[in-house]
Amino acid sequence: MAEIHLIGRAASPGLAIGPVTMLTAAVARRTASDDPAREAAALRAAIEGARAEIAEQIKTVQGEVADILEFQVAMLEDDALADAAYEVISAGIAADHAWRLALDVEIAGYRAAEDEYFRARAADIVDIRDRVLAHLSGVDTVARITGGSIVAADDITPSTFLAADWTRGGAIALAAGSPSSHVAMLARSRATPMVVGLGPLSWKEQPPALALVDGDAGTVVFDPEPETRRRFEQRMAAANAALAVAEAASLAPACTADGRRIAVLLNVTAPEDIAGLDPAICDGIGLVRTEFLFEASHGLPDEDTQYAVYRRILDWAQGRPVTIRTLDAGGDKPIKGLTVDGESNPFLGLRGIRLSLARPEVFRVQLRALSRAAVHGVLKVMLPMIAVPAELDRACVMLDAEFAALRAEGVACARPPVGIMIEVPAAALCAEDFGAAFYSIGSNDLTQYTMAAARDIGSVTDLNDAGHPAVLSLIARTVEAARKRDVEVSLCGDAAADTRLTTALLATGLATLSVAPVAVARLKAAIATVGS
Amino acid sequence: MHDVNASRAANAFVPLTASAILVNAVGLHARPSVKLTQCAKGFAARIELALAPDGPWTDAKSPVKVMRVKAPQGATLHFRVTGPDGNAALAAVLALVHDGFGEA
Repeated sequence: MAEIHLIGRAASPGLAIGPVTMLTAAVARRTASDDPAREAAALRAAIEGARAEIAEQIKTVQGEVADILEFQVAMLEDDALADAAYEVISAGIAADHAWRLALDVEIAGYRAAEDEYFRARAADIVDIRDRVLAHLSGVDTVARITGGSIVAADDITPSTFLAADWTRGGAIALAAGSPSSHVAMLARSRATPMVVGLGPLSWKEQPPALALVDGDAGTVVFDPEPETRRRFEQRMAAANAALAVAEAASLAPACTADGRRIAVLLNVTAPEDIAGLDPAICDGIGLVRTEFLFEASHGLPDEDTQYAVYRRILDWAQGRPVTIRTLDAGGDKPIKGLTVDGESNPFLGLRGIRLSLARPEVFRVQLRALSRAAVHGVLKVMLPMIAVPAELDRACVMLDAEFAALRAEGVACARPPVGIMIEVPAAALCAEDFGAAFYSIGSNDLTQYTMAAARDIGSVTDLNDAGHPAVLSLIARTVEAARKRDVEVSLCGDAAADTRLTTALLATGLATLSVAPVAVARLKAAIATVGS
Repeated sequence: MHDVNASRAANAFVPLTASAILVNAVGLHARPSVKLTQCAKGFAARIELALAPDGPWTDAKSPVKVMRVKAPQGATLHFRVTGPDGNAALAAVLALVHDGFGEA
């Protein structure tokens, strides 16, 4: 069998080799029986198998993901879902074909819905359809992705990604998908190579057994010839050696080839991100997202809970500066009981600082916890989604009031400096007008608002380009405003970790980049080549 | 199986009807459908719902069929309940809808 080369788009860097796990059932052959009773029994068993598998998965997740899976279980438990399939099976149609026919009618019904929410449920029914098909034909399914395999599929959901074990290597090769999807972000944070947009994965005979994934170039080779494989393994060995060198060097401060010192900070999504890390790998923490505090708990976290977490992070940093972002909910990050459901365009709605100012009773608790934590290190407070100076001013008035109240109560506290995220083009264009203690450029939102192209819509991914001159010019303008006002400026979006952009970003005058811990070694190595 | 029993038992009872407006944000979607059908299954009575007072009626114990209704926010849900515990069943499903399925 000749090797198959496919070219897609790089979504998460790195090289991987491994056995292929197909997540689509479409490619698997199944030998149907002529006996309608046996076919009906096979379908019943497959539906029950799929149901049991999801029920097992539910135990390991919570929140929204669990709700989605519970919905799938309820659908699978309902005989009405398969009624049409059993009907055509009794007329002599094979179980897999019958199931596909029945579910495709169901899916078409959802796709035709007027309401966007119901249209989006089509994806759930596709998921149900394919999972049952997989059980019918004995193909490996979600729960049985073995560590180290190359997962090939049309697309995969975040829950599928999270259900698999990526600690033993492996990679993702998708026919569709987008580098801006949530799965791509997860893959980058776990250092799992990922290539998207490969086009239809169809095989003449057997599905491939082995694949090579190049997450740097955006290519995949299925069933490589021995020579191709040997060369790939050589590249992998060289890359691993380079990474080991980079990791060893990552404890040293970052410098460009022409001697510019660049500060590398960490983005922290949850305290566990930094648990086993040596703080010497960074110059501080450039972004602590606080959404995790609000997602895991039932109800909003109280002041002491928040204070304990902030303090733990400051203790870890051992005197290095730590920038904590106030709650950035809304947009693609809904929080039950806090964000507004059903906004026609959540990314242009009540999110970030807008939501905090609209819900002062929630915001005040966070400001108090931050003021109390500020005595334990170098804490800075960052406000997300700032568009106009009045938002910063109102937040500062609230912070001052909470700080004064704490002091009056005799509670140990300090008034941390307050900076703003630059992610709305209006704020980038008028950065000088803000009395901010620092600027932090959120390149993800700044790019999507500047280019009017969402991160998670595959068809416009090409437009969502942080390296576009318009975006770079807004970044340069912010850096210039910081220079004039003599305040610090950093960049903490995904662009900071995209080493193809390092030269362009540093050329704007930026000297501070903030990235996920997994990206530090790679970024420092890239910085060392700039200006050579 | 239990459908047959339910309708046999149902014959002896007069149908009860009532309606409620869907107040939760995205209508009778995935999670509310699951909650509604779970609630309905707790009763022996036949429970049906519709978007109009004269039907067509949908089995409120089937999430697949309830989802097919695609009831949007603001729609009026009509219920028709027939069976021995009909009063309690009707009160329970109405409370669920009024409460926005606990999603307020």
